[in-house]
Amino acid sequence: MASPPPVPRAVRRRGSLAPYGFLGPATLLFTLFFALPIGFAVYLSLRASRVKGLGLGSHARTEVWAGLSNYTSALADSELLSGSGRVLLYGALLVPTMLGAALFFALLLDVPRVRFGAFSRLVIFLPYAVPGIVASTLWGFLYLPQVSPGYYLLTRAGMSGPDLLHGNGLYLAMANIAVWGGTGFNMIVIYTSLRALPAELYEAARLDGCSELQIALRIKIPMVAPSLVLTFFFSMIATLQVFAEPMTLKPLTNSMSSTWSPLMKVYRDAFVQGNIYSAAATSVVIAAATLLLSFGFLKLVNKRANGGS
Amino acid sequence: MHRRLALAAAAALCGTLVLSACSSDGGSGDSAKAASGPVKLTFWAWAPNMDKVAEVWNKAHPEIQVSVLKQAGGDDLVTKTITAAKAGNAPDLMQAEYQALPTLVSNDVLADVSKQVGGAKSQFADGVWKQVTLGSDAVYAVPEDTAPLAFYYRQDLFEQYGLKVPTTWDEFAATARALKQKAPDKSLTTFSANDPGLFAGLAQQAGAKWWTASGDNWKVAIDDPATKKVAGFWSGLVKDGAVDNQPMYTPAWSKALNDGTQIGWVSAVWAPGVLTSSAPDTKGKWAMAPLPQWESGASVTGSWGGSATGVTTGAVKAGHGDAAAKFATWLNTDPEALAALVQQVNVYPAATSAQTGGLLSAAPEFFSNQPDFYPKAAEIAKGTASAAWGPNVNVAYSAFKDAFGKAAQDKGDFGAALSTMQQATVEDLKKNGFQVG
Repeated sequence: MASPPPVPRAVRRRGSLAPYGFLGPATLLFTLFFALPIGFAVYLSLRASRVKGLGLGSHARTEVWAGLSNYTSALADSELLSGSGRVLLYGALLVPTMLGAALFFALLLDVPRVRFGAFSRLVIFLPYAVPGIVASTLWGFLYLPQVSPGYYLLTRAGMSGPDLLHGNGLYLAMANIAVWGGTGFNMIVIYTSLRALPAELYEAARLDGCSELQIALRIKIPMVAPSLVLTFFFSMIATLQVFAEPMTLKPLTNSMSSTWSPLMKVYRDAFVQGNIYSAAATSVVIAAATLLLSFGFLKLVNKRANGGS
Repeated sequence: MHRRLALAAAAALCGTLVLSACSSDGGSGDSAKAASGPVKLTFWAWAPNMDKVAEVWNKAHPEIQVSVLKQAGGDDLVTKTITAAKAGNAPDLMQAEYQALPTLVSNDVLADVSKQVGGAKSQFADGVWKQVTLGSDAVYAVPEDTAPLAFYYRQDLFEQYGLKVPTTWDEFAATARALKQKAPDKSLTTFSANDPGLFAGLAQQAGAKWWTASGDNWKVAIDDPATKKVAGFWSGLVKDGAVDNQPMYTPAWSKALNDGTQIGWVSAVWAPGVLTSSAPDTKGKWAMAPLPQWESGASVTGSWGGSATGVTTGAVKAGHGDAAAKFATWLNTDPEALAALVQQVNVYPAATSAQTGGLLSAAPEFFSNQPDFYPKAAEIAKGTASAAWGPNVNVAYSAFKDAFGKAAQDKGDFGAALSTMQQATVEDLKKNGFQVG
């Protein structure tokens, strides 16, 4: 029997191995730092710690299989649901305000012959460079009527300031920190895509008698819609993950519970109450819900985009 | 999207540490190696300057060298140590608050060192020693410092408003209300929902025993009559606006202490340190008095904090148990060590000899107006009610913060908050397989 000539085979083999070689590092990193930890979190969420006797002395605790009981108790915990409710309310306040402001500033900066453009851009962007914890500490001081210069001025003027650390004021206080910190980033994203639009469009519009306002409303905003979708998507995910800001404000007020946001509940379960199993189950639930919401949103947007075109 | 996943990864990482515990057991028996060179011990502590005290030991004991790794105090240190112990990376020695001892013991972090340190028993008050034995024959730590509660007040402002230092809680309430009438914008103190340790101490004074064990059963009595009495008392004051309801340890609180908006503070013997940093302008204006009593003429107090030095099971497995226990005993009973603890670390030592000896003859600088500060504190400390801690104090404490935070803010019913705390604690015990009876 005649065997196939060796050279083409070697070539074929080399050709078929190369992609795997390129894929290897990424796959390895993905497995090590992404798939494995997630898999382990899922595994932990199915485990629990059981005690025998008084639970004192050595070997009093054993890890046992818990089935889905961590999930049932995570889902049955009303705090997870009300925490999600609080975060949604906070997001409903935050996202439109922040993106509205970002779009507004981006459009202003894009107006021809704008003065101090680079400086304004930097000033609006700067708060984004301040870490969330620092920003929250800073704003926390400003929210405490006893130490805040703002409240001092208001009292001197015979007025009383709003109560920003309790009740509904807390949502305003929280949203304000995020708007302050996030507007700059979103503005840069929108501004960059505004700059990428061809100038001929504006020229044509001006020849047709469009004012700058009409250009902004009729041309610029529709043209940057994709980056608005992108910034909305990022903001939505950031909202669902809100953690550092409420954790920093918590010691300042009676009204911020340790389960104010879903992630705070995960932190409390794992690191205050020492129950990593329940924390793992809650994180898996949160991850699933976030994924569902994100993909649902993307799908919705794609559908509308396709339907519209 | 990373942050969400980072969290899952963090949770998973904790788990990885748990798993690796199985493999590390075999490799830790290096007792043979230890015999050749000096034994090296690690000590996790949060008290400042503890390394300087360890230096004193290291100079005198070349065969056992202790290195201190400074920790941030608080709830997460307990979790951190438990996780480290599961991974086989626990320190040899650790500073632990009394209320955390049962949790640490039940997670197999602290070793029974009754054989090595049992002889030190006579150096401590019975109530204090009971906290490190958990009511058993075992000894899980050597008491380091105690924190009996007292009442601190602004001497000058009490005089200005014609107030008398309250000796009973009834008088305390009357004083709070009298102050409100004379100066509506001032408060005697605040009821703070962010530090359950103070509330626990006040409940101890009233006779509460939150956790008790009998046989194989735990009994949780957070909503017992004594605690209800304490909760009801503060509930009434908050409801009437007789005391403030905002949390402690905020910039607003520091300012209120500093500018005399709050003219009193129920606190522990470590209060001078806090006042020094929080209310620097009031130096020499405060005085300490015994905690107001439920029964006139009594002299009972509770504790807010206080800590002990424990030897970990990891140290015992590595063959360092004896060396670590030796250091723990030295640190908390040796005159030289106690002197260093008082002068460098600024603790109120648990050893009775140190409380009454010459070490604490001078009052804290901030209280220079009260030269008999420490003799008075020793007198107060004698009446410290014993505490009764259980294996899930962390859960009870976090339930306290949420439930009482809400109740204090709404000026609502503290009794309901107390029930919530009891319920959360019992449920957690049951969930972990404890028998609750």
